[in-house]
Amino acid sequence: MRIKNGEDLSKLRKSIMQKRDKNRRLITVCGGTGCRAYGCEDLIAALKNEVEKSGLKGKVEVKATGCPGFCERGNLVVIYPEGIFYQRVKTEDVPDIIKETIVGKKIVDRLLFVDQVTGQKVTYEKDVPFYKKQTRLLLGNNGIVDPTDIEDYIVIGGYSALAKALSTMKPEKVIEEVKKAGLRGRGGAGFPAGLKWEITRKAKGTQKYVVCNADEGDPGAFMDRSLLEGNPHSILEGLTIGAYAIGASNGFVYVRNEYPLAVQNVTLAVEQARERGLLGEKILGTDFSFDVEIVRGAGAFVCGEETALMASIEGARGVPKQRPPFPSDRGIWGKPTNINNVETWANVPIIIEKGADWYSKIGTKGSKGTKIFALVGKINNTGLVEVPMGTTISETVYGIGGGIPNGKQLKAIQIGGPSGGCIPKTFIDVPIDYDELKKLGGMMGSGGMVVMDEDTCMVDVAKYFLEFLLEESCGKCTTCRDGIERMLEIVTRITDGNGTMKDLDTLSELAEVVRDASMCGLGQTSPNPVLSTLRHFRDEYVAHIKDKKCPGRVCKALITYSIEKDKCTSCGACKKRCPQGAISGEKGKPYKIDPSKCIRCNVCYETCKFGAIKKE
Amino acid sequence: MAATCAAPTDGIPKTVDKILGKYNSDKKWLISILFDIQNEFRYLPREALQYLSKKLDIPMTDVYSIATFYKAFSLTPRGKHSVTVCMGTACHVRGSLSVLEEFERQLEVRPGDTTPDKMFSLSTVSCLGCCAMGPIAVVDEKYHGQVTANKVKPLLDAVKKADAGAAAKKAA
Repeated sequence: MRIKNGEDLSKLRKSIMQKRDKNRRLITVCGGTGCRAYGCEDLIAALKNEVEKSGLKGKVEVKATGCPGFCERGNLVVIYPEGIFYQRVKTEDVPDIIKETIVGKKIVDRLLFVDQVTGQKVTYEKDVPFYKKQTRLLLGNNGIVDPTDIEDYIVIGGYSALAKALSTMKPEKVIEEVKKAGLRGRGGAGFPAGLKWEITRKAKGTQKYVVCNADEGDPGAFMDRSLLEGNPHSILEGLTIGAYAIGASNGFVYVRNEYPLAVQNVTLAVEQARERGLLGEKILGTDFSFDVEIVRGAGAFVCGEETALMASIEGARGVPKQRPPFPSDRGIWGKPTNINNVETWANVPIIIEKGADWYSKIGTKGSKGTKIFALVGKINNTGLVEVPMGTTISETVYGIGGGIPNGKQLKAIQIGGPSGGCIPKTFIDVPIDYDELKKLGGMMGSGGMVVMDEDTCMVDVAKYFLEFLLEESCGKCTTCRDGIERMLEIVTRITDGNGTMKDLDTLSELAEVVRDASMCGLGQTSPNPVLSTLRHFRDEYVAHIKDKKCPGRVCKALITYSIEKDKCTSCGACKKRCPQGAISGEKGKPYKIDPSKCIRCNVCYETCKFGAIKKE
Repeated sequence: MAATCAAPTDGIPKTVDKILGKYNSDKKWLISILFDIQNEFRYLPREALQYLSKKLDIPMTDVYSIATFYKAFSLTPRGKHSVTVCMGTACHVRGSLSVLEEFERQLEVRPGDTTPDKMFSLSTVSCLGCCAMGPIAVVDEKYHGQVTANKVKPLLDAVKKADAGAAAKKAA
């Protein structure tokens, strides 16, 4: 059924609300990719089954929602109308949830979240510190809507920003509003979105394109996946408003193939939006027509770079091109094209709905709004965290993230993926925004924030990113293709214990050449992990070179495994698991590791329950 | 004999035609077309690429160039079961390398390769975005979280056991 105009949309919203009983019991379960690894699909099926078995069909609804971001505690279950929050829920817990909470109106104590700081149990979702300390403009809706149901999005006010823009604002006014809001591209570089739109609008040509870049390739970043799979209509609404402002009649969502659920949900969302007349000819009864195609990536990190992405949409090799001409001038098939990433588009409906004045109050002078970070690595509360720009690293890591597990010390934060840098703990009180991070040798990137503790080797981290970039360099520029490989050779030499102090100078010099002489963003930023670790963690490089020691106990050539006599119970578990037959011993006596046979695979270390394996 | 040899090659043009129909034989969908071909055959057979090149009027060098540029495509047959180890940053700092190495030892193949009996293909991925569960290994589209080197063998054994069970059921 097509929605004819804005008024029709409001009517539909009201009728959906009336249809839904406010006091009905609703059980939501996170259905995101992360929770699928926890078995949420089985959990949802079990809940539905139990509801039916208990004769509650029609009275209790079970709904799979998008990812609310608290991945650490999956599976996540919320029971409405009260908002009771259960975490780490397993299929076995289902009978208790239905019997105790749904029927008996009692809380199942063991499923409650325990606040790490106060030790107190938290009953309601709104009181969970992880959520409470965030500003969840974008992520907030993920836990409420069923991403496969357009009515769920409409009922929370979805598409009203589009209706507002189409019926009350000229395209120039929309651009003006986005400019005034101070929205900067969330994909990494932070280019002002409104300005980009204006340039594309003013470009000559009748055929123009808008693109949603969902080729989220930074390892450790998954906010775009979460938004696209959890609330796909919000992205489509933003993209459609952008198309109206720019004067584009066609759009693309270029999504990573490694995100099958996102592909599935956004494809379905496009179909539903078309059925309702929110995409296609004469949207909401106006003269504006716009449609979207979904294009899957095929596993190439460089396709996140806009010129490579456009080549890939055209069905070619995703190799970057020299700019200018910029996409705004000559993009897909030579036509003016505006590319923004998922999170940027997600902000657009909010800006139009609430106004630039409201939006620009959030954030810092140069960086407005919120930013979603994927807080991962050595952190207690892994997940997606949405905070106002300017929030400090310390508040994010300790206040929301709950600190470092196992009583370990924070060493560094890696922000911005392979293009970003490592920021040492001495800077944790720095407010996070585009400009501050740049000063520290990092960059916002798409928002991956990898927490590293004392067991992380910073030289190994540099090596890790170089290996990644070597694999992902398209090979067009000599400096990037060969420069990364030479840098990797040097860093590998250092981690093997064969480095010299002169290597460090060569490494810096090479890094600068690669940065200055490569064509696209991938090459230009590829030395960042090396440059930032050299700048902030030079002592670790020196320890590898001079002392032949790896302070993080990671680099295999520089560590040895041994068994601590007084802790060994001679249980024999390590011997059984050692793939090399390097461990010997007999009952009653401490076991021994033969260093000449040991390949440092870490299996014994993981196996020993008594902490008797020593790594140094 | 001739009939059994001809069967798969006969099947390729037919399958490719069917896929091309879905995309109106439009060149711009080449990458999606390759995906669909790979879904059918578990890899991109040479005959399929040659046929595609003829039908879409794209030089074989261009088809080959695209099929080798993108990591999602394989030009060699993949195994019955796929094992993918996430090498994302979060998984890396939590020890995914030990997990990968244990898979390499157990399967006796390197990432990108398939075991000689065509049972398992091992590969790596840069990030799946399930960082809370890291290190992650995906076995036949099922995500396994917090994998350690010690959990690798049981994981593979479970797959083999399920296979043996299915074979026994079929025989019965």
